[in-house]
Amino acid sequence: MDTGMMEATMQKAPIQYTGKWHPKKFALMLAMGGIIMMFSALTSAYIVRKGAGNWLEFKLPAIFLYNTLVLIMSSVTAHLAYGAFKKEDLLRYRWMTALTFVLGLLFLALQVVGWQQLKAIGVPLDGNPSGSFIYVISGTHAAHILGGLGALFLGLRAAFGPANFSASRKLSIQLVNVYWHFVDVLWIYLIIFFILQ
Amino acid sequence: MANTRVYDEDVLIETNGFEDHFHEHHHGDKYQTSFLTHYIFSQDHKIIARQFLITGMFWGLVGAMMSVIFRLQLGFPEESMAWIKPLLGKWITVNEEGFGTLAPEFYYALVTMHGTILVFFVLTAGLSGTFSNLLIPFQVGARDMASPLLNMFSYWFFFLAGVVMFFSLFLSTGPFAGGWTAYPPLSVLPQASSGSGAGMTLWTLSLVLFVVSVLLGGINYVTTVLNMRTKGMSMWRMPLTIWAFFITAILGILSFPVLAAGFFLLMCDRTLGTSFYISEIFVGGQALENVGGSPILYQHLFWFLGHPEVYIIILPAMGLVSEVLSVHARKPIFGYKAMVFSMLAIGFLSFIVWAHHMFMSGVNPFLSNFFVVFTLIIAVPSAVKVFNWITTLYKGNIRFNSASLFAIGFVSMFISGGLTGIFLGNSTLDIQLHDTYFVVAHFHIVMGVAAFFGMFAGVYHWFPRMFGRFMNETMGRVHFWGTLIGAYAVFWPMHYLGMAGVPRRYYSFDNFDTFAHFDGMNKFITIAAMVVFALQVLFVVNFFYSIFKGRVQKTKNPWGATTLEWTAPIDAPHGNWPGKIPAVHRWPYDYGKDGEDFIPQIVPLAEGEKDQGH
Repeated sequence: MDTGMMEATMQKAPIQYTGKWHPKKFALMLAMGGIIMMFSALTSAYIVRKGAGNWLEFKLPAIFLYNTLVLIMSSVTAHLAYGAFKKEDLLRYRWMTALTFVLGLLFLALQVVGWQQLKAIGVPLDGNPSGSFIYVISGTHAAHILGGLGALFLGLRAAFGPANFSASRKLSIQLVNVYWHFVDVLWIYLIIFFILQ
Repeated sequence: MANTRVYDEDVLIETNGFEDHFHEHHHGDKYQTSFLTHYIFSQDHKIIARQFLITGMFWGLVGAMMSVIFRLQLGFPEESMAWIKPLLGKWITVNEEGFGTLAPEFYYALVTMHGTILVFFVLTAGLSGTFSNLLIPFQVGARDMASPLLNMFSYWFFFLAGVVMFFSLFLSTGPFAGGWTAYPPLSVLPQASSGSGAGMTLWTLSLVLFVVSVLLGGINYVTTVLNMRTKGMSMWRMPLTIWAFFITAILGILSFPVLAAGFFLLMCDRTLGTSFYISEIFVGGQALENVGGSPILYQHLFWFLGHPEVYIIILPAMGLVSEVLSVHARKPIFGYKAMVFSMLAIGFLSFIVWAHHMFMSGVNPFLSNFFVVFTLIIAVPSAVKVFNWITTLYKGNIRFNSASLFAIGFVSMFISGGLTGIFLGNSTLDIQLHDTYFVVAHFHIVMGVAAFFGMFAGVYHWFPRMFGRFMNETMGRVHFWGTLIGAYAVFWPMHYLGMAGVPRRYYSFDNFDTFAHFDGMNKFITIAAMVVFALQVLFVVNFFYSIFKGRVQKTKNPWGATTLEWTAPIDAPHGNWPGKIPAVHRWPYDYGKDGEDFIPQIVPLAEGEKDQGH
């Protein structure tokens, strides 16, 4: 690495970081890399198993598609909340954060409805693996949404507390948003995968 | 003869170091305020390293003791085991004549637990957990890990995984007994064997906790290496230890989530009635309803972790050995960049060879060819590394001590075990050799004993850095020579057993006349195994004795090493360096340069001097 550049960064920052990223953001990237590996394992298992035959074909309930829109909307509101935070627009920042959280909850609730519809059309969890995979993959994704909601809840509590526009709060919002956009894109990948398969 | 200059590290750091205003951020040291936060729930990487090491040693003893018990069964099946009844309880049945027999299901449990414990708890957590924690912040010149809190969690998730696994040993139905790979259907059907019930549930729970620990640790290691290096510490100035831990951590982050995915599907099969891994199966004459699953699917998911896992075990050992050899041969490591690139190559190849564990599981032979080719290609970077270690020693001014002996022993073991890997990597030879003692011999030498040798080299070398004292050298040498000869005595004969077709994991060979003449060999192996076990107890005794009574470390840099961990005070405080952090001016292998014995990394380049690392 270029020493001159490094010295320049170091004069700015009170603590030395050699990379361009904040370590916490970088660590989050790595964690997301791990999550991507897990879902690629699950979807590869899906493809391998499908190739082996004895595979029940069925149409995915439409609610999963509508639900994708809910999640995309929550990503948009999360982004708007961050924009409002940067402009120190307290009211907008509070309500957009709250909206993101509610949309996240709604997504989870609609996923549960989707699973019930899946069961109703004769695709139970313990039937043909083609159905089991849908439950397990979307269930594992829901668990990651739940984790994101936990982080969003902490953000919500901070937003509705005393007005705080500090740098560390900004970093926390950035971290939560990056993760939230990530699980959003992950779901878009999964839904496209399910439809194409 | 190189002259030895004495460096005053404090003055060098004070004049050239980097001021990061460390103490201005801390009002009192929040990390070391009480016994509980200092020694138990510590966030200091030095304490966490020692926690990993000592926990790993505990598991090492437990796992090794299990192997001694099942070796007794294999070597001396005609002898009574009634004397172990106080330890194993109902798993030893004693008849009217007082003859004690080991229960076959517990034999399988012992074999399974031995593998699980050694692979995950000792050689993953105990090896990379210990030394990544100890050396990454020290050698890159950081105050601590990127996230000390996650680092603490990494240890405690490992601890929790250990508690769950330990608990499973005392279940009335016994721990899991279906092999450390936990293949279905034994791992899926609770009614398949006595250990497949509660034992398997706890096994899975324990390993999921373990995966969390590895991921938290790995994310921290990579982040620290890439973001927290001190001034002047470019990637090409990092010691090979750091490169090794860095690549190991990346492998862990990429492969352990896949194992977790495999375990999720396994748990669904066990508890929710899905059929990912089982199909059309009878248990106890009863047909099960599960249709459509494939046990091979599990094998793919398992070995996608399983193969990188063996490099997760051996790469840290390689890094430690490279460093120890260079320091004690008083020579720069031969081919520094080749060492880095070969580790990167091994890391990359480790992801595209997993099916060589499955040649005999019915995978397409054309597919096998692909895996054979890539498996054999691994021999190339491995040979580069071996060549470089030997050339590092060549014409070196070698100091023979416990650390350097174990490092040299590592190279010996890695060659012996690596060569048999070339046999096993061929899918045609594997028809004869798979699931025999040849495989047992291969992987024990190349990733079991070799990794332990790397770990021992590391412990003897960095013991002063951890405890401010030296380990006893006499006991260390007895430990080395005994273990070297003993380990070869245990595993060398197994090649012959394997070539003769003796299958691994069998409880008894009483009904196989073909293998009757191996009785003597099996006795020999068992006796050697007991001797080796006794020597490891000696190591543990030496370790704890030396913590309290070992020779005191008087100078900061007792080995005359160049790396940063030896510039910190002997009793390094939290934050490692009391004032400024050291800045780095050169690569870490300036030994015997320009007539100097060694030049630490913190010494600025002289007028017109060129850095070797670039």
